[in-house]
This record gives sequence, C-alpha cells and structure tokens, in this order.
Amino acid sequence: MPGSVAEQADWTGHVARIRDAADQAAFAELFLHFAPRVKAFLMRSGANETLAEECAQEVMATLWHKAHMFDPTRASVATWVFTIARNRKVDMLRKQRRPEPEDLPWGPEPEPEQAEVMARQQESERLAGALATLPEKQRALVEAAYFGDLSHSEIAATTGLPLGTIKSRLRLALDRLRHEMKGVTR
Amino acid sequence: MSVRHRIPDEILAEYAAGDLAEAFGLVVASHVSLCTESRERLEEIEAVGGAILEDVEAEPMGAGSLEATLAKIADGPPPEAPLTFSSTDAGTYILPKPIRDYIGGDVESVKWRSVGMGVKQAILPTSPEATARLLYIPAGCEMPDHGHRGMEMTVVLQGAFLDGEDRFGRGDVEVADEDLAHMPVADVGEDCICLAAADAPLRFSGLLPRLFQPFLKI
Repeated sequence: MPGSVAEQADWTGHVARIRDAADQAAFAELFLHFAPRVKAFLMRSGANETLAEECAQEVMATLWHKAHMFDPTRASVATWVFTIARNRKVDMLRKQRRPEPEDLPWGPEPEPEQAEVMARQQESERLAGALATLPEKQRALVEAAYFGDLSHSEIAATTGLPLGTIKSRLRLALDRLRHEMKGVTR
Repeated sequence: MSVRHRIPDEILAEYAAGDLAEAFGLVVASHVSLCTESRERLEEIEAVGGAILEDVEAEPMGAGSLEATLAKIADGPPPEAPLTFSSTDAGTYILPKPIRDYIGGDVESVKWRSVGMGVKQAILPTSPEATARLLYIPAGCEMPDHGHRGMEMTVVLQGAFLDGEDRFGRGDVEVADEDLAHMPVADVGEDCICLAAADAPLRFSGLLPRLFQPFLKI
C-alpha cells in the first residue's frame, strides 16, 4: 500500500518519466497500482466486469497520453487518476456530456515548484489519515457518495434516512476532511 | 465584484463524483469558472475522491491487460471532441466557457425565444433528467412566483436578481428545493441573464403563470 510521502512522491516522478521519456517501466508500475482501483471504482459505479476492465485500460491509456497535462502542484496522481476515471464513467456509464469549468489561464509549469509539490503530498497524507479516522457512518456515506452510482436522494431511499440527514452528514464529513487536509485545527 | 452565494459542498461532491445530471453540472461548471473559492473547494473535494481511490478494495485486472493497454497507447490518443469554441480566444465574455461550448459563441449567438413580458429563454441540449435554460429577464422585471417539486439551481451571468433579502450577482448561485417558494426579481440597472437548471417542472402559484406553463416548456 502506498501512503508514505516517499511513495506518493514517486508516483509524481512516474508521471514525469512517462511525459519526458515515454518510460514503459514507470507506466507498468502505475498500471499495477491504479488500474485495479479504477476497475473497482467503475464496477461499484454499475459497470459489469468486461466493461470496467476495458474502461480501466482506457483510463490508463489516457494517463499516458495526458501525462504532460498533469500538474503536481494542484493534485496528487491519485486525484488526477480519479478525475480521469470519473470522466470516463460519465461518458460510458451515464452517457452524458460533462460540462467542465473553464481552464485556468496557466497550465502546468515545466519545472514545478518543489515546495508546492511537497505541500500537495502532505495534504494527501493528512487526508488519508483523516479518512481513516472518520466515524464509520460518515465514512460509509462519503464512500457511497463518491463510489457507487447513487444520487443523494437514491442514497436516502436505500438507507431509509431523510435526504436532509444525508446531506448534512455528508457536509459535516467533507468539512472535516477538508479542514484536516489543510492542516487547520478547529 | 465578488461571488457571495456559493454551491454547497455536497453538491460539489456529486459533481466531483460524476453523479450530477448534466444540466446541474453545467450550472456547477459555470459557477466554478467564475468563483476562485469554489474552484479551490472543488479541487479539495476531488482530492477526497483520490484518497478513496487509494483506499478502495482493488479488482484484479485480467491477464494481459497491461500489454493490451500498451497496444492501445501505441495506436495513439483518441481524437479529441472538436471544441465548439476555442478557450484561447482573447476577450471578455458574458457567458462562461462551459455555456459557450453549448451555444457555440457568446450571448449574441443565443437563439432566444420570447416567453412574454420581455422575458426570453433558450433551452440547452442536455440529458433529459434535468433541464437547463438560459433566461433573459429585463431589469426590474418579476419572475413568476413559483415553488418546486424538485431541485432548481440558478447561476447569474449578467446583472443581478433579488430574492427576498438576498441579492444574487454575476457568479452567484441560488439553490432552491421544494421547501422554498421564492420570487426572484431582476435588479434594476441592467437586464439579468442567468442559467437555471431544474429536475422537475416548476410549480407556479399564480393562475396566469400556470396558463403559460405549457408554453414555457418548464
């Protein structure tokens, strides 16, 4: 399991090696780690195994082709992979267009500021820790909200909880995760 | 001018997870394009998705999947969907890029249909679970008093509207559900343009607007 700062730093390096040197060995390691997770995400979202396998391969191929777009000062590799997988899910499973916010006028720097990259990695660390210590009910809800093709009203129907309760619990959990990620003690 | 009414976290999370209907996603994307604070919040909420991805119980990939993926890579990237509007065009726009992509241009390219009393609308082609429409409301003009059976999200793009005590200006979002019967009024000074998404027909409380309802297609 990755989790240490050193290992996550390494994923950033892997993407740089794909971008700069079309490094297949770096890709193979990323694939080994992320492809099964992406497949799990897609299956939890309602894809059958064949489709999830196919889409997970496409997500990983996209990672290769878009390696130059990855900005380690803005997101971890895991977060970036999550957004690519999420876009594939909207496209393949929901068969919708996904409106994306306007890009910021600047793209990734050729030589990203190491301090910023480290800051993002520390945030990922703290976030993983916060997720692990979330009360079970909140954690299950957060997971259902991200993984699993359920709208909040569908989660309400499934759990028998009022929609307002679902929303306020989720809001509380996200608030806590975001604050711990930023290292803000409250 | 700063954005004061923002999209709540749990709706950003539905958007981040890819579970929000396209019409609502268009309101979120437009708001995020106009609000730096919400953009940062969305990035944090996407980071939660990344953390859950790290933590999930993995599904083993099939035999030969890495080789199959490398073969896909060798075939080159899939053709990108052609952009209907270039993001590098200089200039300032009233409509943020996510909406321009649906219109194929800025406000002057919108095919408005008059719905009476100076109000105009244009329905955007989204998935059918929810409807997205651009509304043009002359300054000082009242929108019909209405409640909702479902959710309605409105982002202001030009001018402002007032709803009770609140004023919503460019970039601001109002999220209304069935508990809220509201009466938005376009602020005086400038005609108001907004994008409204709703997942159920609006329920007008006056008789006259109800007669208009089939005509309004909402």
